[in-house]
Amino acid sequence: MSYLPKSPWLIHYDASSCNGCDIEVLACLTPLYDVERFGVLNIGNPKHADIFVITGSVNEQNKPVIQNLYNQMAEPKVVVAIGACATSGGIFRECYNVQGGIDKVIPVDVYVPGCAARPESIIDGVVKALGVLEEKHKNMTKVAK
Amino acid sequence: MGERTIIPFGPQHPVLPEPLHLDLILEDEKVVGAVPSIGFVHRGLEKLVEKRDYHEMMYVIERVCGICSFIHGQGYVQTIEEIMKIEIPDRAKYLRTIWAELSRTHSHLLWLGLMADAYGFESLFMHCWRVRERILDIFEETTGGRVIFSVCKVGGLWKDIDNDTLKRIISELKIIEDELKPLTDVFIKDFSVQKRTRGIGVLTYQEAIDLGAAGPTLRGSGVALDMRKLGYAAYGELDFEPIVEKDGDCYARTLVRIREIYQSLDLIRQCISKIPDGEIEVKVRGNPNGEYLSRIEQARGQVIYYAKANGTKYLDRFRVRTPTFANIAPLLKMLPGSELADVPLLALTIDPCISCTER
Repeated sequence: MSYLPKSPWLIHYDASSCNGCDIEVLACLTPLYDVERFGVLNIGNPKHADIFVITGSVNEQNKPVIQNLYNQMAEPKVVVAIGACATSGGIFRECYNVQGGIDKVIPVDVYVPGCAARPESIIDGVVKALGVLEEKHKNMTKVAK
Repeated sequence: MGERTIIPFGPQHPVLPEPLHLDLILEDEKVVGAVPSIGFVHRGLEKLVEKRDYHEMMYVIERVCGICSFIHGQGYVQTIEEIMKIEIPDRAKYLRTIWAELSRTHSHLLWLGLMADAYGFESLFMHCWRVRERILDIFEETTGGRVIFSVCKVGGLWKDIDNDTLKRIISELKIIEDELKPLTDVFIKDFSVQKRTRGIGVLTYQEAIDLGAAGPTLRGSGVALDMRKLGYAAYGELDFEPIVEKDGDCYARTLVRIREIYQSLDLIRQCISKIPDGEIEVKVRGNPNGEYLSRIEQARGQVIYYAKANGTKYLDRFRVRTPTFANIAPLLKMLPGSELADVPLLALTIDPCISCTER
């Protein structure tokens, strides 16, 4: 990935995470890691966002919320699943109210490992997502032509 | 009386990283009622005690909440140690206290940042989180983790902090205190910040007691109740008093948390000056049998752990009652009568930790 024509904005949703990954996602935005210098903004509105950063696993209650947020995002969009819970259910996979990773509900493009995921790996995941976003964007313009 | 409107707040909301959902009933701009709905983060980890033995369970309990993970772990092992009548070495008690107080500092700084963000003071949010990274650096140096440490175990600790590192922590605390001073001055003295916090969401002394508030929400209303005074871990040998503010508004609760940060830094210094040399763990034999209910003070308030063991390595029942659960009733008391624009502020002022509440 060398050059991006736009600043990627991301939306963050806590599915059923323990907060560990969430505060690390926020830590990425604050002065030590500061992804805002790359133009990455944490935005509350799904319609403005390109990257869906999601932590925690899926349960019956938050399933419609995740789908709703995903459907509201405009194409092209990328989903980044952060932490062990979002990828597979993690330490809680045997709990009765945990159905597994985010990929049970929506397609996931990038998986970030770790419990809790470190800010470095979250940034790495988002950078990988930028590559996927560019790829998707190219495919879309091809279809349009 | 105007027409009533219902506005959903959450579960995905920019001001809170967590899914808190409130249905706000409005008359024009005034909130007249609020109905919370929960269950977005429920995992059901208490039932995992049937599948994980009492040693492994410690790592699950740490993940009740990623913000005060250490204090949750500490509360759980203390409960099991009480059932098994294990007396841990003094050094382990002091180290647990140091980590617990560092956790409290980091949690309060995180809250101060989010609070600043709630009234749109973004640079203050950034600065609070910048100072907080220094505490996370201490965590990383001493435990290897930034938010989840897994250093507690039944019978003591996995890791020791050597005396050189303890000395370095003291000098680091000095830097943190110096950097913190100008930031907390903004929270205390700034005119526009006071405009947003003073007289907002008042909870009186009697209401706080009647509704069973916990932690800074309770102490902000003038009730001096701090579980650390029970003297668990090394708190019995430290010199401190619960921090109390009288006004019961958002400003008072902010003030309580700010003063608690300074108190925590002082407690860490006291611990480091008194810490004895020696072992950090004792051998644990057998399985727990019996039941125990322990109360400890988390950054958000009193948290209760109940464990019932049956002599096998799997517990019969484990239960956590978290401070945010206790504070939801006071929140619902504060919301009616407030402006819609103050709702995020009020929701934050109890320092909600939804993943604790729903587990």
